[in-house]
Amino acid sequence: MSAKEGQQHPIAIYLWIWLLLFVFSTFSYGVDYFHLQGLLRWSLILLFMFLKAGFIVAIFMHMQWERLALKLAILVPPLCLLILIGLMAVEGDYTFLTRSESFTKPETPTAPAHGTSSAH
Amino acid sequence: MAVETATSVVHPAGVTPGLPGVATDFASDKQAFVVPWGKAMMWIFLLSDTFIFSCFLTGYMHVRISTTVPWPNPSEVFALTIAGKSIPLILIAIMTFILISSSGTMAMAVNMGYARRRGKTAALMLMTAGFGATFVGMQAFEWTKLIVDEGVRPWSNPMGAEQFGAAFFMITGFHGMHVSAGVIYLVIVAMKVWRGDYDRKGNYEIVEIAGLYWHFVDLVWVFIFAFFYLW
Repeated sequence: MSAKEGQQHPIAIYLWIWLLLFVFSTFSYGVDYFHLQGLLRWSLILLFMFLKAGFIVAIFMHMQWERLALKLAILVPPLCLLILIGLMAVEGDYTFLTRSESFTKPETPTAPAHGTSSAH
Repeated sequence: MAVETATSVVHPAGVTPGLPGVATDFASDKQAFVVPWGKAMMWIFLLSDTFIFSCFLTGYMHVRISTTVPWPNPSEVFALTIAGKSIPLILIAIMTFILISSSGTMAMAVNMGYARRRGKTAALMLMTAGFGATFVGMQAFEWTKLIVDEGVRPWSNPMGAEQFGAAFFMITGFHGMHVSAGVIYLVIVAMKVWRGDYDRKGNYEIVEIAGLYWHFVDLVWVFIFAFFYLW
């Protein structure tokens, strides 16, 4: 491979990944079509999403054949997004509780002044 | 001694001091990654784009968690009535398959490029751009249906939480913009391939770099499809 220029791989591998992506997409559409709910729905959505994303990055974008330095430089920094997502989930829950507490009870004296728009 | 050090910074032999030194240091031929510089730069650009889309999706997560009004059900909002039967999310599913197919043709184009098959490379890239343009067209249809027929606005909608419109237009709009820019980019590179620019230059790296961008657009759609349409 190193003797050849750039990223050259058998064409069959692209066709297989293409087919796989179709299959995974059909499955994830099936999750919605058959109205799966709850934990099963969310875990299946995430599973198919990560499989698709993984194959696109690894094969179509050739990441699997790159050197470790490039892999780390590109794939490690996005991990800090997990902190953002975690913080925002906690913050969102807090905001939800605050809104439920303050804006959705009509008997609260200050509710009409602030709460009319967000409580619909 | 103290007086001396202020003026006599020790330079290794052969390097330029002062401001011109800054320029030569930054411009000097040092390579961190053993790939063409254009490819490294594209990857770094895509990394920054990852953060942009992640911020949008995280913002969407936050407003969806924090609203006390029920979130509109995307499965129903994006249903289409075909032959008298309402099929959930069908347009979005077709758009997903189109974008995946465009990624497939793009991967083949990169392969053909490195095999020095000029005509096939250009044709496959134009096919990719065609799929991309179809995707944007269907998105325009989807937006029109939502805005005109269903009255969805960034600040309100008849189905539920107001934040739905803002998140939807922001996220899919930004993605659609990326697809549109990608179509233009692909057409330009395909023309250059067709003209034989890269045969003369002796390498087809540009096709692979354009491919990276295009696959990234597909990658972002995978996440939007999962989090916005299916969740």
